Amino acid sequence: MNNQRRNVLKTGSGAALLSVLASAGIIAPGMALAEWNKAAFDAKSMADTLKALGAGAPADSKDVQVTGPDIAENGAVVPVGVTSTLPNVTMVAILIEKNPSALAASFNLPAGTEANVQTRVKMGQTSNVYALVKSDGKFFMANKEIKVTLGGCGG
Amino acid sequence: MSMSRREFLQVMAVATAGGMSLHSDIALAEKGAAKLYDLPKFGNVSLLHITDCHAQLLPIYFREPNVNLGFGDQFGKVPHLVGDNLLKHFGFKPNSIEAHAYTYLNFEKAAETYGKVGGFAHLATLVKRMKATRPGSLLLDGGDTWQGSGTALWSNAQDMVDACKALGVNVMTLHWESTYGEARVKEIEEKDFAGQIDIVAQNVKTADFGDAVFKPFVMKNMNGVQVAIIGQAFPYTPIANPRWQTPNWSFGIQEENMQKTVDEARAAGAKVVVVLSHNGMDVDLKMASRVKGIDAILGGHTHDGMPAPVVVKNAGGQTLVTNAGSNGKYLGVLDFDVKNGKIAGYRYKLLPVFANLLPADKDMQTLIDKARAPYLSKLNEKLAVTEGTLYRRGNFNGTFDQLILDSLMKVKDAEIAFSPGFRWGTSLLPGQPILMEHVLDQTAITYPWTTVTNMSGEMIKTVLEDVCDNLFNPDPYYQQGGDMVRVGGLQWTCDPTGKMGARIQNMMLKGKPIDPAKTYKVAGWAPVSEEAKNSGAPIWEVVAEYLRDIKTVKPISLNLPTLKGAANNPGMA
Repeated sequence: MNNQRRNVLKTGSGAALLSVLASAGIIAPGMALAEWNKAAFDAKSMADTLKALGAGAPADSKDVQVTGPDIAENGAVVPVGVTSTLPNVTMVAILIEKNPSALAASFNLPAGTEANVQTRVKMGQTSNVYALVKSDGKFFMANKEIKVTLGGCGG
Repeated sequence: MSMSRREFLQVMAVATAGGMSLHSDIALAEKGAAKLYDLPKFGNVSLLHITDCHAQLLPIYFREPNVNLGFGDQFGKVPHLVGDNLLKHFGFKPNSIEAHAYTYLNFEKAAETYGKVGGFAHLATLVKRMKATRPGSLLLDGGDTWQGSGTALWSNAQDMVDACKALGVNVMTLHWESTYGEARVKEIEEKDFAGQIDIVAQNVKTADFGDAVFKPFVMKNMNGVQVAIIGQAFPYTPIANPRWQTPNWSFGIQEENMQKTVDEARAAGAKVVVVLSHNGMDVDLKMASRVKGIDAILGGHTHDGMPAPVVVKNAGGQTLVTNAGSNGKYLGVLDFDVKNGKIAGYRYKLLPVFANLLPADKDMQTLIDKARAPYLSKLNEKLAVTEGTLYRRGNFNGTFDQLILDSLMKVKDAEIAFSPGFRWGTSLLPGQPILMEHVLDQTAITYPWTTVTNMSGEMIKTVLEDVCDNLFNPDPYYQQGGDMVRVGGLQWTCDPTGKMGARIQNMMLKGKPIDPAKTYKVAGWAPVSEEAKNSGAPIWEVVAEYLRDIKTVKPISLNLPTLKGAANNPGMA
């Protein structure tokens, strides 16, 4: 276990940590707020979200992978990731079909960035989780079912 | 019920007349008994495997299930075979000692004939014999070792920790162990086990940064061969058991990390790679088909006492998948012959531990007696006598569970009761007294509280559907390895082949359909949410109160669902 990293991060909480990361150049000021696609995040259904993102009906791709647990340990913080080996990926989005608003996260990737993102999402019920990737101007998708259960009653 | 060895052999001789196929005189019976454990040495790498003993230090009775359904790809396949179908598949004769060891058939009569199974003192004798013929062999413990008895609970797992050290366990992985909390598990690993027992688990990481909590694997040199033992803890611990007990640990199947760990072990020189797993057998079978480079998965969790391994083909060659049952009933022995860095052959045998055929190891017996001494008066309280067989295993209900449901409904004045579909819990024969110890064998957990909840009809359906999907989801990676929640009061129909949300049908209470909008009083126990801590008296107190009151338990009829789509299923008898 990397205890030093753990302790550094424990002491540097909240806003203080953010400013540390910002001053270290890890997060550029305003980066998180740039190009906020309000319509896409406000959209309820998968179809409306894809429309708002200008993705239409993306093709399924084996070169896009959604990573995450088969069954969530805690629906409030489900670790989900997207990786892709497609060329020139400029955008990665994570959509959760059964959430009240499908779009959970959208990442704009500067040129030359490896398409590999990780985040935590909130899920109220079992749902397909979709990864949407924009590569060379075209959209591609992949999905994985993540189960959210009541728990208990195991072996 | 305990007999001397000579008395037992006499019974065996007499049993022939009653249709039991053993031998007609004592000398032959004795020879037959010796033959059961006469396992010639094979090869140069030997792994002894125990799993899911659920803290049963003394010999017990254990009835195997007559309902263990498999559907889709799992239909009629190991481990979803019961009774005669299991005998036929593995080539055992009806009424043989093996038939009793691996199936529920003629349970009462066979249990009286062959006597109790398991017990650490008898297991210790068998382990010593195997180690004597197999120098350098390792003893692996698949977990669910520290939980399942009053003494384990009250000693905070110490009795089992000491017994496992005395038994000579070398490597273990975890499931119920984690319900003693992170601190206690780490304390045992770092103090009691230091230098003797390695806890391995490639799939337990810290929830924040994903750092390893335990060693992913250990490398052992056995007669000049490098052998890697990779750990796979129960993937759904924080879901099936309370998350507040392991708040900083994250689990999951972690298939990619398993492949990475196998590759690392191979790169480090391992000629034999074995996974000590608590996935459950269906999950192990799927994992074996997808991960390359594992020679064998020694599995547990689903309590399937499977006499032979399943050979799974995959891109890397083949993987043996075994499952070694529960409650101390068996010792798995896997021998590999490794020549020039390659496995040239293997032998596997799942040895049943018959207490009457294996004399108790004195040192182990002394240790057990000492550990139990402070609790004897509590354990030996006679609560009632049972007229029928009490057991738990089975997909939908068992007589001991029905007794728990009846206790909950009576004592809590509830119209419906739920009891978790645990697979541990020992069996009692007709006429046996029910001691407090036996009630604890079914209930001793670190979150034993009873609950009374006003639940809407809709919520009742949601709960049943949720648990049913954990059992019958066609994809093994979504199965959690327990049985269906036991249901008291409510009549219902179950279609295991249905989709999530459509398996639970025709819910009725006292002849009336359950109204989704109406509220019902539901009693239960073993709540996983932190808010439900100390919600009501521990379940064993409720069951004990009920038993003291009724004194005699009449033969129990089970409240079972009407099943759809299960006709002619080889997993049901």
